[in-house]
Amino acid sequence: MKLLGLSAKDTRFLLIVIFLTLATPVLLQPFPENSGLATFNAGYPDLMQRFAIFGIFAIGFNILFGLTGYLSFGHAAFLGVGSYTVVWMYKLLDYNVVWGLPLAVVTSGVFALLIGFVSLRRSGIYFSILTLAFAQMSYNLAYSVLTPITNGETGLQVYRSDAQVLLGANEPTSPHFFGLVMSKSTKLNLGDWQFTFNNGYYFTAIIAIIVFYISLRIFRSPFGLMLRAIKTNQTRLNYTGINTRPYALAAFVISGMYAGLAGGLMAAMDPLAGAERMQWTASGEVVLMVILGGAGTLMGPILGAGFIKYFENIFSKINDQILQGWFAWMPDWLSGLLIEISHFFVGKSWHLTLGLLFMLVVIFLPGGLVEAGQRIARLFKKKPPEDKDPGHHPQPAPHVAE
Amino acid sequence: MDAIILQILNGLDKGSAYALIALGLTLIFGTLGVVNFAHGALFMIGAFVAVTVQRLLGLSFEQIDPDKTDFLGNPLKVKMTYVESWFGPEVGGTIVDWSVPVAVIIAIPIMLLVGYVMERGLIKHFYKRPHADQILVTFGLAIVLQELIKYFYGANPIQTPAPSVFKGSFDFGVLVGFDPNAIIYPYWRLVYFAFAAVVLGGVFAFLRYTTFGMVVRAGMADRETVGLLGINIDKRFTIMFGLAAAVAGIAGVMYTPILSPNYHMGMDFLVLSFVVVVVGGMGSLPGAVAAGFLLGILQSFASMNEIKSLIPGIDQVIIYLVAIIILLTRPRGLLGRAGVMED
Amino acid sequence: MSTSNFTRRGLMKTGAATGAGLALPTIFTSAASAFTNEPTGDTVTFGFNVPQTGPYAEEGLDELRAQELAVEHINGMGDGGMLNTFSSKALDGTGILGKKVDFVTGDTQTKTDAARASARSMIEKDGVIMINGGSSSGPAVAVQALCQEAGIISMAGLTHSNDTTGKDRKRNGFRHFFNAYMSGAALGPVLKEVYGTDRRAYHLTADYTWGWTQQESIQASTEAIGWETVNNVLTPVGAGDFSSYITPVLNSGADVLILNHYGGDMVNSLTQAVQFGLRDAEANGKNFEVIVPLYSELMAAGAGENIQGVYGSMNWNWQLQDEGTKAFVKSFGEKYGFPPSGSAHTCYVQTLLYADAVARAGSFNPCAVVEALEDFEFDGMGNGPTLYRAEDHQCFKDVLVMKGAENPTSEYDNLEIVEITPVEQVTYAPDHPMFGGAEASLGECNDGT
Repeated sequence: MKLLGLSAKDTRFLLIVIFLTLATPVLLQPFPENSGLATFNAGYPDLMQRFAIFGIFAIGFNILFGLTGYLSFGHAAFLGVGSYTVVWMYKLLDYNVVWGLPLAVVTSGVFALLIGFVSLRRSGIYFSILTLAFAQMSYNLAYSVLTPITNGETGLQVYRSDAQVLLGANEPTSPHFFGLVMSKSTKLNLGDWQFTFNNGYYFTAIIAIIVFYISLRIFRSPFGLMLRAIKTNQTRLNYTGINTRPYALAAFVISGMYAGLAGGLMAAMDPLAGAERMQWTASGEVVLMVILGGAGTLMGPILGAGFIKYFENIFSKINDQILQGWFAWMPDWLSGLLIEISHFFVGKSWHLTLGLLFMLVVIFLPGGLVEAGQRIARLFKKKPPEDKDPGHHPQPAPHVAE
Repeated sequence: MDAIILQILNGLDKGSAYALIALGLTLIFGTLGVVNFAHGALFMIGAFVAVTVQRLLGLSFEQIDPDKTDFLGNPLKVKMTYVESWFGPEVGGTIVDWSVPVAVIIAIPIMLLVGYVMERGLIKHFYKRPHADQILVTFGLAIVLQELIKYFYGANPIQTPAPSVFKGSFDFGVLVGFDPNAIIYPYWRLVYFAFAAVVLGGVFAFLRYTTFGMVVRAGMADRETVGLLGINIDKRFTIMFGLAAAVAGIAGVMYTPILSPNYHMGMDFLVLSFVVVVVGGMGSLPGAVAAGFLLGILQSFASMNEIKSLIPGIDQVIIYLVAIIILLTRPRGLLGRAGVMED
Repeated sequence: MSTSNFTRRGLMKTGAATGAGLALPTIFTSAASAFTNEPTGDTVTFGFNVPQTGPYAEEGLDELRAQELAVEHINGMGDGGMLNTFSSKALDGTGILGKKVDFVTGDTQTKTDAARASARSMIEKDGVIMINGGSSSGPAVAVQALCQEAGIISMAGLTHSNDTTGKDRKRNGFRHFFNAYMSGAALGPVLKEVYGTDRRAYHLTADYTWGWTQQESIQASTEAIGWETVNNVLTPVGAGDFSSYITPVLNSGADVLILNHYGGDMVNSLTQAVQFGLRDAEANGKNFEVIVPLYSELMAAGAGENIQGVYGSMNWNWQLQDEGTKAFVKSFGEKYGFPPSGSAHTCYVQTLLYADAVARAGSFNPCAVVEALEDFEFDGMGNGPTLYRAEDHQCFKDVLVMKGAENPTSEYDNLEIVEITPVEQVTYAPDHPMFGGAEASLGECNDGT
């Protein structure tokens, strides 16, 4: 079966992604409510939305970093610009996200064009530091001097006194898409299981599928090939008379627009934009997501995004009470010991677990999480690995520092 | 005028810290070709060596003083540190007071060891891996190190005072003909500046005038050829890594009286130290030092009220603004070599 | 689509491609609850959302300890703590309205976004009915707004910005902690007494909303006692080295430095101000003085001997001698081995106040709770007679003026109480210009339906 200009294999791949995305509310809720393991369930709207949103962010970042090898340390700035745009549209017009989202893509695209145009005059680490500098300037100013525009530390939000000129009498007073209110959910109870189907999640998920499809097309297009060529050997391309900068700039702007869309969706799910989402740690996070998942692969960034967000949101909530619940059946000394050991890894120490996992993944799975998937798949197939599809494999980057 | 001189002093002081961190980072990053996101963590570990030494020296036991009584008439319990009981109150008290300088001496072997273990145990396997993998693994390591410190020392800043001899300020202005008290500067900050100058000079002399340094410099320029000559460059790179860790560590120790150490100070300095190294130019030690002092001084000037009132918020962005301007006018920073980390 | 019309078509309309082979659902909850997260079983869940990582992690963990203790006391374990001294006797140690209290915890990371995410997961996943805690005003305002939208109650923790119950006040949000205006109002008369009326003040202010509101409040109250304001310099958050901001102070003609900093910034700026000799200096023929308007125990510990003799203010301190304080310090101290901090106290009291309001209202419905808390007067919680004002949901009570102790005997008594400023002196009108003026309004109560 071929669809939408994709090869049969890509079509199958896309259909699997669509299925997984739409079934997320069920798949992420494997444990019954009230069971001790319910803590590990991730099928609640906020986290599912975050998976989709950061998936979009990482997919976009991968178009720049995975294909061209240009490592930007400032993409969080575009995320922030997208969020601020959407919240400003709430303040000026109304809560319908249809105004803000396209505009978020446009403003972040313009912003990316300016920053990219300047930063791409340099390559390698010099490029990385230029993007970092622009983003940190944006963050520092948004947090302090630009407070009239960004509402600083508190985060931009809608006040009663705001204009909202399009706001109708019966219109919802929270973000919606032509009346489809993002925060509304339908809950389904099946025995001890509870599944939550949230409007906002499906809205984000459908957009995520569309942008995933676009990224798939870019990967397979001549343009994508050119971007890969930049990564492999830019100098040689330049010698052959090809000016690579417009291509790199296009990739930069596209990934900036993905980031702006992701930021816009964050504000569409939760109508408040905090300045921290522009900080270097946020830029670093998307870099980590892509590398962790497998840079240059199609699925990798999504896996990486899910992995990091899962740990941030689930492990940080495991407290002593929950631990005691798990270990209650053990003798006191053993449960006490296990709780002490757990203190290193959960609750206030969730960062430590994340750091350890970063190290373990990169040491044992050089291709990122995607490689884990491939190894497992190979175990089942028992076939020699084939490299038919370069898009599904990590690209070893040449190491040229010495 | 006195305000400007004071800001230059502030800038030199900030610059000393930036230059020391950037020096170690550029040894690893600009020469071994490893993007070390754990470098800030090394600075932080150094600071916590100082905290640990201070706590160890402060360990005490309770002793009953038979000659004195408390308000209830019971014999008075006085706390006495072990150090004081071993060396007598005079000498012992001085040792406790001098915990930060003592920590410098203790930190050097500890940091060399930390650097050695880090390089042999982890970094060694990543020389041939993409920079992206180096970032991920060293960032993971930085998180692990900082969380371990947080687990044992808590998240609050910890006071680590300088020896009491260095409390108070030096009237610098009188020396150069100003009124008394016009330009006064804390002794410890002057000590820090002098210390930085000694360390920087020492590292440069070591690399310039010793055979070891010569081989390492040759190895930086062309690792393979040096290897072909039968020289074990790997071993020397390990030592270089240890040296870089030691420089970062003692910079952290000496900085503790200025900035009370906390577990996230490494991350706070990480971004800044990368900016300094890159502005200085990849692969250049003098570049890193020059950039450190340049950014330190410019940041101090940008913090002046006169300048802040002209451009609000300039002190928040000056470092990044200068970085952008320098990188756009000089493609490889101040003194960078061609071909290093440009891919 | 409403949550209440769960039908087959509704399911299909959501696009939930769960497949035709799905077993028939055994139970449909029509989600016909009367309000958000109405507790249906024999437990009710509180959400404790505190910083567990980042610079305020220690403060957050102390809040968690206190919240855990509060839950124990509500459920009838331990010695009951302040329930024995609390003027309202609606809570009897059997939980709330026959339900045992359960709790979940989350990490705000002291970031607005992370605090919202953590709070949302508590509301959506764990079904909490109330969220309490926090150590910074930005996240507090953001979480309060979220609770308003979701239809649950927000009991703010440590948040000192005027905005929380000023321009950002919400009907579903409550603050027990004092605010910047109150700090200024309490400090003014004491400063006048110890430093006189002829002083010139230089402000260093953290460059974000809390810093600004505190600076504005302190400037107003010091100018009211005749002081002159020489300068106000904004400093970047997390600057670390404040030397470039401190060196101009000595020659500026000022004789008082006011540090509108908190947490690590305050520890560093105060330590460095002392290093630069400000406290040994003389200016205008007087001793140069430093003031830190907002104190916390953990900051004081971090600043060490540098705080000796430095004036500031607090919401509460464990050295108070009233019955409520003694009861709380005793049960906290016995459980954890050290005295509670001010932020722990405010979170403990907030948890009890919420539970008590539910018990008095006879319902978990947030609107009923709001009604029970508005204009509620109580005593025995460590701050003397206290009013939860209906107009802005701010608690009005005595404020402590503190001073760094000259001869602390342990790390826990490095601050001493100088004066207990009576509540009348720190009370202001609900439409005070620093609190959003006449425009600020709580809005309507939201129970999520």
